Amino acid sequence: MPEPVVAMRGIEIGFPGVKALDGVDFRLLPGEVHALMGENGAGKSTLIKALTGVYGLDGGTVTVRGEPAVFSGPAAAQAAGIATVYQEVNLCPNLSVAENILLGREPRRPVWQGGRIDRRGVRRRAGELLARLRLDVDPDSALGEHPLAVQQLVAIARAVDLEADVLILDEPTSSLDATEVAELFRIVRGLRADGVAVLFVSHFIDQVYEIADRVTILRNGRLVGEHLVAELPRLDMVAKMVGHELAVLADLDREPAAEVAGDPTVTPVLAARGIGRGGAIEPADLDVRPGEVVGLAGLLGSGRTELVRLLFGADRPDAGSLQVRGRPVRLRGPHAAVAEGIAFCSEDRKGEGVVGDLTVRDNIVLALQARRGWARRIPRRTADELVARWISALDIRPADPDALLRNLSGGNQQKCLLARWLITEPRLLILDEPTRGIDVGAKAQIQQLVAELAGDGLGVVFVSAELEEVVRLSDRVAVLRDRRKVGELPRADASVGRVMELIASGGGHLA
Amino acid sequence: MGTLRESLGERLRRSPLVLPAAALLVLLLVNVVVTPGFLALRVVDGHLFGSVVDILKNGAPTALIALGMTLVVATRGIDLSVGATVAIAGSVACTWIAGASDPTDPGTALVGIVLALGLALVLGAWNGLLVAAFGIQPIIATLVLMTAGRGLAMLITDGQIITVANPLFAELGGGFLLGLPVAVVVAAVMFAAVALLTRRTALGLLIESVGVNPTASRLSGVRARGIVWGGYVFAALCAGVAGLMISSNVTAADANNAGLWIELDAILAVVIGGTLLTGGRYSIGGTLLGALILQTLTTTVYTAGIPPEVSLVFKAAVIIVVFLLQAEKVRALLHRRRPVGERVATP
Repeated sequence: MPEPVVAMRGIEIGFPGVKALDGVDFRLLPGEVHALMGENGAGKSTLIKALTGVYGLDGGTVTVRGEPAVFSGPAAAQAAGIATVYQEVNLCPNLSVAENILLGREPRRPVWQGGRIDRRGVRRRAGELLARLRLDVDPDSALGEHPLAVQQLVAIARAVDLEADVLILDEPTSSLDATEVAELFRIVRGLRADGVAVLFVSHFIDQVYEIADRVTILRNGRLVGEHLVAELPRLDMVAKMVGHELAVLADLDREPAAEVAGDPTVTPVLAARGIGRGGAIEPADLDVRPGEVVGLAGLLGSGRTELVRLLFGADRPDAGSLQVRGRPVRLRGPHAAVAEGIAFCSEDRKGEGVVGDLTVRDNIVLALQARRGWARRIPRRTADELVARWISALDIRPADPDALLRNLSGGNQQKCLLARWLITEPRLLILDEPTRGIDVGAKAQIQQLVAELAGDGLGVVFVSAELEEVVRLSDRVAVLRDRRKVGELPRADASVGRVMELIASGGGHLA
Repeated sequence: MGTLRESLGERLRRSPLVLPAAALLVLLLVNVVVTPGFLALRVVDGHLFGSVVDILKNGAPTALIALGMTLVVATRGIDLSVGATVAIAGSVACTWIAGASDPTDPGTALVGIVLALGLALVLGAWNGLLVAAFGIQPIIATLVLMTAGRGLAMLITDGQIITVANPLFAELGGGFLLGLPVAVVVAAVMFAAVALLTRRTALGLLIESVGVNPTASRLSGVRARGIVWGGYVFAALCAGVAGLMISSNVTAADANNAGLWIELDAILAVVIGGTLLTGGRYSIGGTLLGALILQTLTTTVYTAGIPPEVSLVFKAAVIIVVFLLQAEKVRALLHRRRPVGERVATP
């Protein structure tokens, strides 16, 4: 076995009141893709930050290529050949692709010519790198013009140029679609063949099995084990991550609301007719009846989010009409939708959901308070009771209403946002990617919750990039492709295969 | 996972009010040492006099403007036009009173005050329109009125300094109510009203929520635009009242110099009080302390006999010390710890 390029021993890191890492060992071999798995709050990000010097160690040692190493920060780690590509791209969207790749290391003209940046050299070197990665991107184009996936690949190109022999990919795939993931993996495989050690963090178990050679699993800041991926069955991996058998994942099939699904005599809680917005989504029809889960399936950029934003009044439609419980309405904004009993969880949890500097309590009561208006404050005691009830009902951890929401893990933040809406007792709940980027346990809890809520008579619109999830939960699946609704499948016909066919063909029996 | 709640000591250490309060206390102590009779109060004709009363009275306009500024800053905004609004409000009131058939009549003064405040509200609505409805950056949007506003005041006064001799109007800046200067009473009432309104209603929560994350607030059904708009209208109202106090105090309207640079003092007071310019959490009490610190500083410069040519440097030095003590990094150094913000729990 080759010498590990990175070896971490007995790593300890504590935050006020929390032991984030407790005696964790980790090693990374050259020429391997090593996955780091664990639920939210398991310590994956903390371990990466311990390696790259963002956090100081409270205990343990880090050796890089056999030498003890203490990095003062990511820049120092980078200088030692450890490059990190984060989930959120940390580049400058206003600069060109080439400038981003070579930022801070631009080729310069000789001093006697003024020592300025050699623009042609920048372009040439960037072009070479992109060619090496077989990326068809114009080095002169502004980075911000490209989709997130390309930006991420550019970030990787930057890391490659650093001649890093350790590349850390922190959840690089969470906002990519299938083809983009394939592109990313092609490049990762090439790097692996060149002897680069790749540390890969992801929530997608399928992807880990596709790309990774070895996996280290963490749970609650402790090391659970290191395994060869090929020798670890999937269920075992999940069980190791969660710490107990997850019967709930296998058993999520719910009784369909067959009697109302598609029954034209039941008044829909929301009926959209020809609703659309230029450049965002072509006019589409959609009915949601009480007790029904309507899934929206489609690839990234297919118009899923754009459609549900129109249903909530987050964006103004320029065509079509909406009816709420049979009554025509014009939503003049989210506040109007909230008044009609419509709730909406955005896919962008951090940017459009979480009010990070406020407490869990304030976040949970926000929508209800907004609907009551500023003058009628929810009495403190009522708020405390409601919040306590939902914290325990949704198993939000820590169960502390005074904690700031930004200090909670992604899964718990998402539960708080769900609580924010459920507390308003909505009639229609629109969930846009509610399970993205959260751990398996929380995901199962949220899916369970959706099924239960529909059982109680709530209409649900469920958007997810994971087709299996959509198909499993929905009574009806509406399929979108290229900003157009291309079909609708009743539960009986809906399977991942059928949905994929529809996405691929663009036809199908329109409802 | 353990509790994320901070201990009481930790809270106190991080409380935004501790530092400004301490700074004010130190300043007052310096004054007591330098001027032995500093804290002495005299009652003349049932009116309270003394250095402390002077600080309160002279600081009232800045404190009021800082109060309005706090709500604007809390929603991620800033209002540079309040100084111009001060000038406009004074000009409108004085021009009306001076031009009336009976310039000494209480009714005339009342109409002048109502006109001035009404115009201030319109100006605030204009700022709010630019920022909340058209999405113009606050610093640019309010720069428009900051520049144009003094011109407007000049138009109103016709470029003259308008002096008035109306007893009721003079009360606002120079009179006494319940033994205290009227300006102090008015400012105190407005501070109390805002503190009460933001705590007893949900306004405080909604303002903070909009300041922390406007998009998320809007998508939760909060009428974020209305709240931002309201902030500018209220800031202009505060500036209008302050403008009346200032012009009443000198019984004249000076379109050029009334309220000149007062917006910067107000912003300074807000920041000293611990409200971040990035919006979100704000502190009414902190702003009050900030305004008092600034005014005490000015008074100290005079009473301590600091030569006028170094007085601004002295002020700047004190303010820099306060800010440095508030900076996360400096505090972390003092407590030999890494910055707290970088070590929050796992994401």
